[in-house]
Amino acid sequence: MSKPENKPDVGKVFLEEVTRPPVNERVRGWQRVGRVLLVPALAVVTGLLLGAVLIILTSESVWEAFRVSLGSGLVTAWNTIVQAYTALFTGALGDPVRIVQAFQSGDALEIRRALNPIPESLVNATPYIFAGLAVALGFRSGLFNIGVEGQLFMGAAAATYVGYAVKGLPGFIHMPLAFLAGALGGAVWGFIPGWLKAKTGGHEVINTIMMNWIAFRLTEWLLGGPMTRPGSGGLPISPMIEKTAEIPQFFPAPIRFHLGFFIALGMAWLVHWLLFKTTWGFDLRTVGANPNAARYAGMNITRNIILAMTLSGALAGMAGANQILAVNRSMALGLSPGYGFDSIALALLGNSTPVGVILSSLLFGALRNGATRMELLRIPNDIVSIIQALILVFVAAPAIIRTIYRVKVPKEAEEAVFVGSWGGGNK
Amino acid sequence: MATIVVHRKWEAVSPTRQRVMGLVELGSALIMLLVFTLKVQPGQMATFVMTPGGLTQGIAGNWVVPAFSTLMALTVVNFLLGMVQLVRGFGRWTNAVLGVVVAFFVFSFLTWATAGKSLNLLGMLSAAVLLAVPIILGAFSGVLCERAGVVNIAIEGMMLMAAMVGALVGSVTKNMWMGLLAAVASSVLLAWVHAVLSIKYKINQIISGTVINIFSTGMTSYLSSKFLQTYQELNNPPIFPRVPIPLLADIPILGPLFFNTNLFVYLVFLLLIILQVALFTTRWGLRLRSVGEHPKAADTLGINVFATRYMAVLLGGVVAGIGGAFFTLGSVGRFDEMMTAGKGFIGLAAMIFGNWTPLGAFFAGLLFGFTDSVATKLTILGTGIPIQFMAMAPYITTMVVLAGLVGRGQMPAADGTPYEKE
Repeated sequence: MSKPENKPDVGKVFLEEVTRPPVNERVRGWQRVGRVLLVPALAVVTGLLLGAVLIILTSESVWEAFRVSLGSGLVTAWNTIVQAYTALFTGALGDPVRIVQAFQSGDALEIRRALNPIPESLVNATPYIFAGLAVALGFRSGLFNIGVEGQLFMGAAAATYVGYAVKGLPGFIHMPLAFLAGALGGAVWGFIPGWLKAKTGGHEVINTIMMNWIAFRLTEWLLGGPMTRPGSGGLPISPMIEKTAEIPQFFPAPIRFHLGFFIALGMAWLVHWLLFKTTWGFDLRTVGANPNAARYAGMNITRNIILAMTLSGALAGMAGANQILAVNRSMALGLSPGYGFDSIALALLGNSTPVGVILSSLLFGALRNGATRMELLRIPNDIVSIIQALILVFVAAPAIIRTIYRVKVPKEAEEAVFVGSWGGGNK
Repeated sequence: MATIVVHRKWEAVSPTRQRVMGLVELGSALIMLLVFTLKVQPGQMATFVMTPGGLTQGIAGNWVVPAFSTLMALTVVNFLLGMVQLVRGFGRWTNAVLGVVVAFFVFSFLTWATAGKSLNLLGMLSAAVLLAVPIILGAFSGVLCERAGVVNIAIEGMMLMAAMVGALVGSVTKNMWMGLLAAVASSVLLAWVHAVLSIKYKINQIISGTVINIFSTGMTSYLSSKFLQTYQELNNPPIFPRVPIPLLADIPILGPLFFNTNLFVYLVFLLLIILQVALFTTRWGLRLRSVGEHPKAADTLGINVFATRYMAVLLGGVVAGIGGAFFTLGSVGRFDEMMTAGKGFIGLAAMIFGNWTPLGAFFAGLLFGFTDSVATKLTILGTGIPIQFMAMAPYITTMVVLAGLVGRGQMPAADGTPYEKE
């Protein structure tokens, strides 16, 4: 007979396994930072390089130059790339020359214009932070919320409605109310697939895809019907929201930098606290990492799945509310250039941690913003989506990066994010 | 081999699902009674024109039906079906019966809307067939991939890319066949990427699919705004003409619907037969399905799991490419950004509704195409029902079906799980 303490306690072993930090977190200091950032950084660089190849291949002037001679072709190709990425860079962060000149001229408007790129990049990053947190929270709980886009639309619709239909409230009540309505709209849209997953086993990927399209059709109908702007002639656009519902912008035009950015940072902190500092977050991550073990440990899987999807939806809804209340101030169908889908890429790039999400959102926001400057060079801003897709490939498959650059990528980094498989269901 | 890869029996439909389905079907009968049947004036006739406009072959007389009694009959049938479903259940026929109930519901809606008026029913149906083509092809692509255990949510992206490439190459070569070929090639290329990422690198198949969707959206919009919109001659491909099949085209109703259209509809039928037979009666199909059900067992028996999966995904790419080419070469003759508008995802829905079988996917696709077609007619009929609500029907249907299906034995068991050879 063995002594009781010699018996391996499966539950305890498992809990230690789950709570043990991955290997790359055990290495301290700069080395750790380097290891964590290696794959994402190389992924971004590779994405930008391949983007450059595409720009060269689709540039008429480069082809013409190659027809003249190889040398002039190469020179033109190089110049095209330098021009394009200079535009991307100055569009995202500002043009130093222009800033200096603006200050010399002393014209306040010109100074604001010259300084605008950085705040504008932050404005672009804000919806990404919300949406990226939504995806990351899902990933951490083993759920693939591909319905962020639809939740964002529902959140935007709810925020818009409260924004224009409720009148006479003071700003400090109206704005938070509209924002919360947005969160609620998204939460409802996240709750439904969560509930279906928990109760029937219907896979959340399919259900959230379907919910996306239902949301698109529903908002299309709302904006063309019950929520249409009087006198718009049936165009799908909502009335302007009340002044009191607006999320304040800090500076005069054209700088649109607004309070929403700090709300997003606050949410990131909240998600971090929730996931990593509370028992409930521990339950959630355990369900995500190993549902069977979580069930064995007595955790309520049904409740965790529903809660996780609802919260994820709420964050996505905030992204929509933020865009309406702080930037657009009325709702139209072209609300999102695909924030919901891009956020999957950036959640992975950020390794599904709130800090990572913020950093990748800043990058994606800067890319989106800088791309508007590239448009002037006849490079369509869709190049950003292509680069984002490429980054996503390399982040998801670090083995490719390893092969290209012949670097050692710690094995653990590859398995950082667990995502349940399609057939996983809740068997 | 056949003893290892057990053909899974259709498990009994769960009692809850049986009752829910029964209640849904009874609900449909109730709506039909209250909203449609009792709102029709007695003696009103509904006229259905049974020949699409502009055709001379396969002419059929108009159907003139008394609205009230037709509606009453349909209501009663749906009521009876609902009762049987509630009490006994239809077992393996549950979905098929649901399809019939939905079809009757839609037809009674049309009868109600047409009462006292005239509607070109066959024109509407033939539009439905064309709208269903990309949905069905998308669903076939999904069936091929998922039967082999690879989830493919990138069908939308593949179709979008194929639509663009088809338009571009078709315009440049002024040859629709070259366009079709290039479209298929581009889609296969994306399928290959999906296969490499999900089979070789074993990255999550949903992520891989998302990558391809984002990439396709970006790439097609990029090339479209860079070239297709600037040089109109690059976006003017020839389109596949209507080719009547001799004799068959003269059959009333069926002729105009299925035998007097373009290549793509014929391809759908061809693929339907080939896939249904190949998947379920040949050694090839058995191997493919075994890889999707239990890859380890298949591997033990000497089936090359990786090669089979690669093949399935690439074939899925071919089918999705044909579906994408239909948008530009088979219907409108030009590419517009985001023109697939979620058809690939409806294809996914059709695949699920059709229980991962080609035949089921075919009928589900037809049904979804039909709802699309009805939606576009709604405004003309002046029913006051927003077209967006009809457009939601496929998505809601899928969610309802999925709620009762997954985890109970229809989906390939190893779907979405990368295979690790030991």
